[in-house]
Amino acid sequence: MYGKKVKLRFLFLASIIAAVIFTVFLILQSLKENVVYFQSPSEIKSLIELDKKKIRIGGMVKEQSVFINSNEVNFIITDFKNEINVIYSGAVPNLFAEGKGVVAEGFLKDKNYLLATKILAKHDENYMPPEVKKAIGDK
Amino acid sequence: MFANQIGYYSLILGLLISVLLCGVSIKDFNSNSKQISQNILSLSFLQLFFVIISFLSLILSFINSDFSNETVFNNSHTTKPLFYKISGTWGNHEGSLLLWLLVLTLFIFVFLIKSKEQPKKYRILTLLFQEVIIIGFFLFVLVTSNPFNYLFPIPTEGLGLNPILQDPALAIHPPILYLGYVGTSIIFSSSLAAVTQNYVSKEWGQHIKKWVLVSWVFLTIGIMLGSIWAYYELGWGGFWFWDPVENVSLMPWLTLTALIHCILVLERRGTLTSWVVILSITTFTLSMCGTFLVRSGILNSVHTFANDPARGIFILIFLFILIILSLGVFFLFHKENNKNSNNFFWLSRETSILVNNWFMMFFLSVILIGTVYPIFLDVISAEKISVGPPFYQKLIVPFLIPFLLFMSLGPRLKWIKSKIENKNSLIITFIISVILTFFIIKNLTSDLLFYTLLVSAAFFLFFTTLKELFIKKSNNISQSVAHFGFSLLILSILFNSILSSEIITNIKIGEKYIFSKGEIFFKKIEKSEESNFNSIIAYFEIKNENGKIIELNPEIRVYNQPEVITSEADIKTTLLEDKFLVMNLVKGNEYFNIRYQVKPFMIWIWISVLLLSLGGLMSLFKKKYEQ
Repeated sequence: MYGKKVKLRFLFLASIIAAVIFTVFLILQSLKENVVYFQSPSEIKSLIELDKKKIRIGGMVKEQSVFINSNEVNFIITDFKNEINVIYSGAVPNLFAEGKGVVAEGFLKDKNYLLATKILAKHDENYMPPEVKKAIGDK
Repeated sequence: MFANQIGYYSLILGLLISVLLCGVSIKDFNSNSKQISQNILSLSFLQLFFVIISFLSLILSFINSDFSNETVFNNSHTTKPLFYKISGTWGNHEGSLLLWLLVLTLFIFVFLIKSKEQPKKYRILTLLFQEVIIIGFFLFVLVTSNPFNYLFPIPTEGLGLNPILQDPALAIHPPILYLGYVGTSIIFSSSLAAVTQNYVSKEWGQHIKKWVLVSWVFLTIGIMLGSIWAYYELGWGGFWFWDPVENVSLMPWLTLTALIHCILVLERRGTLTSWVVILSITTFTLSMCGTFLVRSGILNSVHTFANDPARGIFILIFLFILIILSLGVFFLFHKENNKNSNNFFWLSRETSILVNNWFMMFFLSVILIGTVYPIFLDVISAEKISVGPPFYQKLIVPFLIPFLLFMSLGPRLKWIKSKIENKNSLIITFIISVILTFFIIKNLTSDLLFYTLLVSAAFFLFFTTLKELFIKKSNNISQSVAHFGFSLLILSILFNSILSSEIITNIKIGEKYIFSKGEIFFKKIEKSEESNFNSIIAYFEIKNENGKIIELNPEIRVYNQPEVITSEADIKTTLLEDKFLVMNLVKGNEYFNIRYQVKPFMIWIWISVLLLSLGGLMSLFKKKYEQ
């Protein structure tokens, strides 16, 4: 009924569409698994169920809360309403200091403890991560 | 003082010349003469001249620390070394845009000189499209980001340049990267001009290929410089973090790489015309998007100089105008040129290049979605998320296996119709690669099957290109060098990531930390004072398994203007591995937080990128495409 060329074209088109759908599916699937959500200490406190996924918590490092021994760094992240204790063993960034903005990435042990796998602080001292800005609101 | 005014007024003169240039070009376009009028060349030179004057006067203001200039005040300081005063010129938003403009006007001038044998109308149209971009940037600079704003009363001291930008690699990173970014504007303008003139042909392919190669080489080296800087300055001990700012430079690189390959098809066979034009438009759009995302403050990084929404909106509107213009031109004028019939056999050089392009498009969409999705989600739902390295690695790394295999076979195919020759030697090479890989990595990783496949695919490409280079005396050396560089790059990255080891600990002065492969001894610290910073230099002795001791001296610097603390890693580089040590001090604690890394084959990553660019350069200087 149709010529060979038309059939070939059709096949070609179909395979392209299939490939595109497959790609989109793959990307979305993997996005779902690898996205890290950002939350503030207050949002954590109001959680009903603990999330097992990796999360980011942002806020300020509480004054007088940094405690270091030979294999751990402990500190408290605060958004001036609620606090979260962070336990971290790893490299601390340059601008990590008490009273400065910080973002900790890791897994929640319970509603009060975060086992951090990464700590982020930006390079500029005037800079506040947008997450932190959002977390501490108008303050 | 004077420099300020000279700079400002030459910018305005430059803008006037550009408008005049448009008028003269349109008049010349309708005239009957065979060659373009000399006036156009002179005006285009004048336009370049005024931008150069303006740029030089900004540099002069920086050298003289003329704080009556707002840009200088915001980004410079009298105690800064001369070299960084000069590089500070483009280390800020206003100055870097002036540099964009400089490269734009420079490239169109070079284009006019270098395209004498091309049709007149095509050249004028390219100039006109380029002038649209140039005038847009003139307005952008003058209206939203004037580098010559006057300050009164004149401050006595400037605010200083962010110390982590005071670095030799980063001083030359922006100019090189811009040469690549802006080079794509010429490809964009000329492909639109060629579409309008129905000139997307073999001849055009041959002519525009040079510009594609130039942009590609600069972009490659520019990205590498940024990456080297991130490696030793940021102290994270890696060279690529899938940070949005890195991604936006990688995206035009991917489309440009795809373009290089299908320009070859256009040059030889005269087909794939629409695809070449679409890629040209996409590449430039991505370069502009990169500038928009980075400069508007949507992405936060060292590149974001100021968060002025007016600037973001200006670039966004400008971007939309360019996209609509280019799509309009494409759909109105483009005619599929079926003269050369796009029939080719499924097993041919053309198909293999198409396969390359498909992979590039896949990598592009992964990176694009990973970069844009968080921004998109933030805008529509105010939800903050981040997409981390696992996303990219999971989607890109497995696809490298077929990509590398195709890359080893593709260049061996002939145009139009081909069959695979020397099957036996290929199979033998492949078996050798698999066995070699298996024995190298069998004790190194848990995911043996996956890594064996991946590394042997890389080795396969490595051996086939090596053979072409040395044994067969391939007639297309530039391609072999570039592909060889790529295989070396993948191999170095793979072994680097498999074999890297890291120790992170907190340590006091005089303490010893013992780990499975040796020990770290923190001997002492010394303090020193420089003109613009104070530093704490630490002395570490690291003993490895064989009892060999090396000394590493990482540094913590406290800059005075602006007051910023940075860590300077100390790296001992050998051909086999880098030893990397960085430390941080947490205020009020006697513990130093140190990170010690052994990173194998680090230097080979840079060498292979240089080889890759060398391949591009060789292709550029090749007289004519070999038969």
